[in-house]
Order: sequence, then structure tokens, then C-alpha cells
Amino acid sequence: MTARFRPSGRAVRPDAPASRFLVTPVTDTDTSLLDKAAEKAVRVTPAPLAFRVRGLSDRAIAWLFITPTIALLLAINIFPLIWAVYLSFTNFRANRPNAEIDGVGLTNYQRVLNDPDIWQAMQTTAHFVFWTILLQMLIGFALAYLIDRKFRGHAFWTTVILIPMMLSPAVVGNFWRFLYQPQIGLFNYIYSFFTGVPPSSFEMLGSVALSPWAIIIVDTWMWTPYVMLICLAGLRSIPDYLYEAAEVDRASAWRQFWSITVPMALPFIMLAVLFRAIENFKMFDMVVLLTGGGPGSTTEVASITLKREAFESWRTGRASAFAIILFVAVFGLANIYVKALNKVKQR
Amino acid sequence: MRKITKALLGATTALTISAALPSVSQAAELTLCWAAWDPANALVELSKDFTAQTGTEMKFEFVPWPNFTDRILNELNSGGKLCDLLIGDSQWLGGSAENGYYVKLNDFFDKEGIKMSDFAEAAVNAYATWPKGTPNYWALPAMGDANAWFYRKDWFAKPEIQAEFKKATGRDLTVPATWAELIETAKFFNGKEIDGKKVYGAAIFTERASEGITMGITQALYANGFKYEMTPGKYDMEGAVNSPDAVKGLEEYKELYKCCTPPGYTDAYMGETLDAFKSGQAAMAMNWFAFFPGLYKDENVGGDKIGFFVNPKGTTAASTLGGQGISVVANTDNMDGALAYIKWFAQPDVQKKWWTLGGYAVHNAVLTDPSFKDSQPFAADFLVAMNQVQDFWQEPSYAILLQAMQKRMHDYVVADKGTAKEALDGLVSDWTEVFKDDGKL
Amino acid sequence: MSTANAAHSVVEPSSTSKRIAGAIVILYAVITMVPLAWIFLTSFKSPPDSISYPPKIVFQPTLEGYCNLFTTRTRQTPDYIQSLGAPTSTCDEITRNRNMVIAGASNYWPRFQNSLIIAFGSTFLAVSLGTLAAYGFSRFKVPLADDLLFFILSTRMMPPIAVAIPIYLMYRQLGLSDTALGMILLYTAVNVSLAVWLLKGFIDEIPREYEEAAMIDGYTRLQAFWRVVLPQATTGIAATAIFCLIFAWNEYAFAVLLTSGSAQTAPPFIPTIIGEGGQDWPAVAAGTTIFLVPILVFTILLRKQLLRGITFGAVRK
Repeated sequence: MTARFRPSGRAVRPDAPASRFLVTPVTDTDTSLLDKAAEKAVRVTPAPLAFRVRGLSDRAIAWLFITPTIALLLAINIFPLIWAVYLSFTNFRANRPNAEIDGVGLTNYQRVLNDPDIWQAMQTTAHFVFWTILLQMLIGFALAYLIDRKFRGHAFWTTVILIPMMLSPAVVGNFWRFLYQPQIGLFNYIYSFFTGVPPSSFEMLGSVALSPWAIIIVDTWMWTPYVMLICLAGLRSIPDYLYEAAEVDRASAWRQFWSITVPMALPFIMLAVLFRAIENFKMFDMVVLLTGGGPGSTTEVASITLKREAFESWRTGRASAFAIILFVAVFGLANIYVKALNKVKQR
Repeated sequence: MRKITKALLGATTALTISAALPSVSQAAELTLCWAAWDPANALVELSKDFTAQTGTEMKFEFVPWPNFTDRILNELNSGGKLCDLLIGDSQWLGGSAENGYYVKLNDFFDKEGIKMSDFAEAAVNAYATWPKGTPNYWALPAMGDANAWFYRKDWFAKPEIQAEFKKATGRDLTVPATWAELIETAKFFNGKEIDGKKVYGAAIFTERASEGITMGITQALYANGFKYEMTPGKYDMEGAVNSPDAVKGLEEYKELYKCCTPPGYTDAYMGETLDAFKSGQAAMAMNWFAFFPGLYKDENVGGDKIGFFVNPKGTTAASTLGGQGISVVANTDNMDGALAYIKWFAQPDVQKKWWTLGGYAVHNAVLTDPSFKDSQPFAADFLVAMNQVQDFWQEPSYAILLQAMQKRMHDYVVADKGTAKEALDGLVSDWTEVFKDDGKL
Repeated sequence: MSTANAAHSVVEPSSTSKRIAGAIVILYAVITMVPLAWIFLTSFKSPPDSISYPPKIVFQPTLEGYCNLFTTRTRQTPDYIQSLGAPTSTCDEITRNRNMVIAGASNYWPRFQNSLIIAFGSTFLAVSLGTLAAYGFSRFKVPLADDLLFFILSTRMMPPIAVAIPIYLMYRQLGLSDTALGMILLYTAVNVSLAVWLLKGFIDEIPREYEEAAMIDGYTRLQAFWRVVLPQATTGIAATAIFCLIFAWNEYAFAVLLTSGSAQTAPPFIPTIIGEGGQDWPAVAAGTTIFLVPILVFTILLRKQLLRGITFGAVRK
């Protein structure tokens, strides 16, 4: 593989036209031929031309390198998105391939926006996003702050803490469902061990009051390490001289924390909020496996509603409209947020 | 670091190449898709004979019930080639026939001399025909099934419990014959200590994601004379779906759920019901006949300890239909093999072995055999239940109809939202919208 | 944390505050590990032990969960089982002790293989494409580069279900439904945006002077890229690869919607492992344990790259 690109022993400039095509696979025997041809070409090419060729070749390489990625994204992200936009104006149903497709104008959007169930799902999602972020920020920042004390073995324990975020949310959701079983599950058992409440007296996944918290606990368990890492990066980016100066000014530790640590780490915290918010707004797998949206529709987050519309009811048109609305919402909110973030950074 | 990267690169290249190669599908191989449950495993055992006779290797794709409809309809809609043979739910026939997902079997039946009159009529109508009741066959009835009940016979037989029951209710402790008795009996057992363990009245279906709670509630609804339409075929659901009878049935189901189910019983379907019963938590439980052979063989609660009964009456004697037919998927690459399997499966001898291994054959050679009734303790009940089955909508839009019902019912029964009347009114409006979209209203 | 800090350099917290911090962090880490340890233990329980109440911490370990994970079984009468002859393996024996016979192999192993092929295949593609594109964006003046980069990144904001609707229709047309190739392409497309973004950062850090020197020595641009830039970017590439791999290995939503069997990966399969009744928890735990091992190994082996990738990605974005 590498042989193709090995320059010949002498310091020649083999960047002749032929070398531009070297990215196409060539066999070993071809290589030596091409190399020779290249050398020859270099020898006969006057210097200015060689430079121009190199310039040209740079641009070609640029496009050659970028095009496959863009093409893939166009084919698998953008084209489908445009298609979804088109479908959202039709009554198309993916399980009726033979039925006629009619344009229905904005009906799908009207129906989605007037559907109380969908607003309910949005509220559920908002509740989930708000509390997971709040809890993860508090615990994550606290952990980062503690780990930044650099106690002995902190690297090892940081790695241990990271493990939950490496796991598959679906698999995590599934085994937490086991842990949450009211009688046989470990969660209720441990809780009752410490509080004396009988373990079968409450149902984390089955009760309307507790199930929203059940999914928040699991998400927090899983993603606090992520927030912790970003906060840690933020804490470590604070230059020591600021603290040294504060020491000179005899600022209390409390004051240092609020006037140096927090403001300096704020951009990082805000970034962590952004990433987690986007991820949890899209939340699907973990909640599906934990509660399936139940009891009733108590934990039915937006993605579950969307999945039911699209792949169980097969109302593809209406589901597309909902998908577009969700996408625009995430995109719009994220953009506004990024603007705010940039302002914080500029301070 | 570089070494690891290189090793990774090598491994991934190899994997990518092997993925890109088309998987060589042998002609002598068939994939059969069904739900993952006891009868499916029995079918694996049964199919070993088919492999021995024909040399065709059988592969199986079993999906648990909560994901079954979702997964397989998705597979059919996506034009996938996973299944050559499919044992699919009765409600899928409409959509699958209209979209051409299944092969129409009439010509094949005629050619091979397979007669639908050899199978129980109710089963043929439910599992094979579309439009319903017409001689257009899209499947061979594979497995009859209905929703029924089972109970702890040993507990019911304890003299002290019988005496206590008599004192509490004024009647003898017997298998419940009506829904009122069912609830009364469940309440009696609920919270009792039996054999040193706290027990609960009844394990019933409450599952949200697929079809569970609907399949449970319809037991109560049908028994109370529930109808889907005022006039059949007119889709006039107002006054039928939300009739006072329906409200009563739904309230009864919720009462049973509230009073007498084991803890954590908010999202339970077949598996959870079995677990509750097998672990000795439940005095009574509902489930499909399909599981009864396995239950009867269970080492802890089977044999003498278990008894079975058909869905109790309300105003009507009725049971919720289960069961499936076996269809050939139109997209198969091995049509001949798939048809050969159906031909083999339809033979009376194979059907008889199917019943002994734990499958509910509906071939008349099995059902009308004089020894059938006594061949298993639940065999007679099975015949009764199959004669009074009612099915959910079989419309091509059934998935949407089912989903609306799942949501409304779970919201009312488990999440305590609104009243029974409101839940059913909501259901009428959901269903009306679906039929309007379909142009049927 | 305390005023004791004043006695030390600010970079070096006092030993008391270190010890307290250490104790809290270790406590947190241990609590975090309890669910995972429980799953590991459950995989060695017998099915009755796994659902016993109260939960059993001490139990007789058995391989039943692992046997059940890899087989399908059917309950039969003792007479029928007698007629089959002697058991041929440990699993066979365990199964027969429960009055069941092994009917065949389960689908776990094929699903696990699919996971390997799809995760590694898509990671390889995403990192390859991502490296090229990142180099292109880093070194050349690409028209509308910022817009393109933003566009590339924003593709990750879409909810997977929203993406899945049109992909489903497209794959149906192209015959890519339930194929490993389809899943590899999809995961590559999802991952490549992150890969480009991360790798551009890493490549930006490599001084241009290195390549320029190499080119003056007679390397072509491509040669310089291959011989100079790539070796320098190994750490970045490794970090990016882990991210892509973790995503592809763990992904559920696309897998559950776009595959049904032939190309289904392990995450949608594991929750569907059931026994005679509900979930066969020991088998589920066994499947989960086996599925988590590769990721745990990667996390531990490559933790430095991983940490760098996460914090680096965060800082860049």
C-alpha cells in the first residue's frame, strides 16, 4: 500500500500529472512503471509548469478528498431530508405502496400542531430534558471539581466513572428495567434496605408519578460522566495565575470559586448543556426499552410518538411533518443557544 | 498506538470485505418467521421431520410478541427477504393480501388437493381468508388460539380456603362462570397468605406497546356484548363502541386490574402473566391457549395444581381470538421449497404430531378425533372457546386502530386518566378519523 | 476548597481536601458500578434465582444463562426426553434437567457477528472518508468551507427516527433494507460528520511546515499526506475511530427500524431474548455481558485517546 507513495531514492519531484491519479488503486508492477513515468515527466517539465501542475493538483486533491464525504451526506442525509419535506405535504403511507399519493397542502402540519397528544409528548420531553440536564450539570460539575483535586488514583477512577456512557442506551434501558422490577429488582430492594419502605410498595416504571423520574435517573447515571469530562476540561483550562493573583488579593476560597472557577468554566458548562439537550431531545432508545412510553403515555417522549406515527400507524406523510417540525425546533433552538454561548465566550 | 491502529485497520478491512460479499443463500434453505413463544419452539422440533424428509434446512426467526407485529410488518413493508414462510396474525391478512405481500394459495391448494374443508371452519375464516369468509386463501390455518384462563386448582381445593370463601361470599368456591364471579374470586384471593407467601387475585394483560391491553380488555368487552359497529360493515361506531355495555366491560376490567393484580403489573403481557403464575403469585391468570401445554408440563405449578377455564360470560359467551395461519411471502427466493413446507405441514399425520408437541392444530383429523377432548385437560375448553371467538378489526388499517385502542385503554386503566365513557368516546373519534382517512366514512 | 489551600501552591490542593475528594469520587464510582456488577452476577444465576425475592446476592453459579443465550429450547414430556438418548453437552444436560430439549441455535451469535461487521466496517469508512475530508478542509481553501462544515455537523442534530423515515423508503427502493451494506453506509454517514469535525481539529494542529518541508524534499502532496500527516494524526484518528465505533456498536433506533433479521445487530436483539415466560434474565444478562466486553476493553485500552477526543471535541465545537 505505502509503496505507491514512496518517492524514488533521489530527491526528484515526481509530482507530474500522472501522480494525480495515484489514488486509484494500482498494482505493484504498475507502481514502478508510474514512478518511472513520473520521473520522466518531471525531467521534461519546465519548473514553472511543474508548480502550476502542483497548484492544480492541490485543488484536485481538495475536491477529491472532500467530495466522497459530501456525496455520502447528500445521498444519505440531504436527499432523504428533502424527500421527507415533500412527503410531509402528502397523504403518503409507506404500507400502502399501491395507493395514490395526493398532495394535502399544510393539512399534516395543522393536524400535528393541533394534536394534544403531540403537545403532551413535547411537554414530557421538556420535563425529561430539563431535569436530566440540571442533575447532570450539578453532579457532573461537582465530580469534575473533585477530580481536579488530583487525588491519588484519580485517573483510574475517572476511567471507571466513564464506563456507563460507553454502553448502548438500549441495552442499558433493558437492564435497568430489570433493576426497577418492584419485587425482584435491585433498585427497590436497596431503597427499602435504607428506608424500610417495603420494596413492592412502589413501582418506578409503572406509576404515573414515578416513571418520569425513573427515566431521568437512568439517563443521569449514564451521562453524568460526559458532563463531568467537559467540565473537567473547562477547569483545567483555567490558568493558574488567576488563582495565584487571587491568593495575593487574599480572596476567600468561596470567592475564588464564584469569581474565577465558575465564570471561566461557564463556556464549557454551556457546551455540555447544549450537547446533552440535543441528545436528550432526540431520546428514543433508552426510554423505549425502559417504559415503552408508559404507563399510559406518561413517558412518551417526542421520538416515541414520532416512531409510532411513522412505523406503527404508517402515516408517513403526517409523521414526516412532525419530523420536520422537530428538526426545525432543535435546529432553531440550538442556533439561538450558540449565539448566546458565543457572547459568553467573548466576555 | 500505531500497532493497535494497524491491527484495527486490518480487521475492519477484512470485515468490510466479508460484509460486501453477498451472503450465499442456498436453495435448500427456508426461513420461517413467527413469534417467539412455546409453540414456535415446538414447531422447530416438528420441522426436524421436514428437514429429514426433504433435505431442506430450516432457519427460524422468532420475534417476541411485543415486537412481533412491529418488526414483521416493517419487514414486509420494506420489501425485505428475511422470511420465506410467515406465521402471521389474522389481522395482517387484509393489508398483506391487498399489498401483495402474501402469495394467494388457491391454485396451489387445488393442485395439491389440500382442502380447506379439512380444517375447522372458524379457523379457516379467521386465519386464511381475505376478504373475510370468501374462498380466497392467503394462508393455511397453522395454529388455533383464543384467550382463556387458568387457576391454581390446588388452592381452590383447600378445604380451609373453600370454607372461608363460602363464609365470605355465601357460595361455593368454583371456577368463575361470570365476570362478576371472576372479580369476586380474584378479590377473595388477593392479599391472602397461601403456603407462606402473599398471593394476588389475577394476572391479566396490561401491556402498552403492542396489543396486550387490548387483547385483555376485549375479553371483558366481548363478554358484555360489545360490538364494533351498530350495523356490520357500516363503520357506525357511535353507540356501539361506547355503549353502556362496553363501558361496563371496561370498568370491570379496570376493577380487576386495580384490585387484584400483582405489584409492578403495569406493562404485562404473555410473559409477565406466565411469570406471575409460575412464581406462585397469582391465583388466576389469563393467557392464550398456546401456553397451556407448557404450563401443564411445568414442574412447579403444572399437573394437578393447574386448572383451565374458558372466558367467563357476561351477557354473552365470547372469547378473544388469537391464532395464526402460515403464509408464503411473495418476495421469497425459494417459492417451491416454501410451498413444499406448506404441503408437508397440511398432512393429517404431521398435524397430529403438531398437536402432541404443543401446537394447536385445527385440522379436523385432530379436532374430530374422539380422543381429542381427553387428550389434554384444556382440549375441551379449546373447542368451546374456538366456537365463540371474536376478532379485532381486520381492516388494512388495523395497526392504527389497534394503536389508538392501546393508548386510550392504557391511559384509562393504568394511568387513571378520565372515565371509561371518555376513553371509549375518544376511541370512537380516533377510529372515525382513521376510517375517514381511508375513505370508508 | 478550604483555606488550607493558602499554605500550598494553588495548583496543588491540600492533602485533606484531596483525600475527601478522592473518597467522594470513589464512592460515586462504586455506586455507578453496582448496576453493571449486578448484570454480571445475574448472568451466572439460574432463572429461578434471578427472579427470586428478595434478590439473591449469594447463589450457586451456573452457566445456564449462557446456554440459554445461544440455544432455543422446547419443553417436552419426560418420556419424549428419555427417547432422545444421552445428552451430548453441558448445555444439553442443563436444559434436560429443566424438562426441556435444545431445539436449535439461537440467533445471538449471528447478531453479534452483524454488530462486528457493521460497527467496524462503518468505523473504517467513516474514519477514512473523514480523514480525507478533514485534510481537505484543513489545508486547502475550499469555497464555502464554513458553511459546508456547519452543514456537515448539523446533520447530527436530526432525531434518528426523523432520518429513518425517508431512509426506510429509499432503502426499500434500492433493496438495501436489512442489509449490512445499507447499515454500514448509514452509520458511516452519521459518523462522518463527527469524524470530519474532530479530525479537522487534530490535523489543524499539525504544523503545515512539516508537509512543506517534505514537499521541498520532493514528496508530492499525496505522499506528504500519507507519509507525514497521517503518522502525526494517528492519535487523533484513533480517538475519532473509538467514537465512531462506540456509536455504531451501540446504535439502536436505526437498527430496529431498518433491519429485521439478516443484518440486525445485537442491541435490538438483546431485549428480545425471552424464555418460556417473560424475559429470560440470566440469558439477557449473559448477552449483555458479552456485548459490553468489547466496549469495556476499548475504553480501558484507549482511555487516553478517548479522553482527549471528548474534551477536544468539546473545546473545538
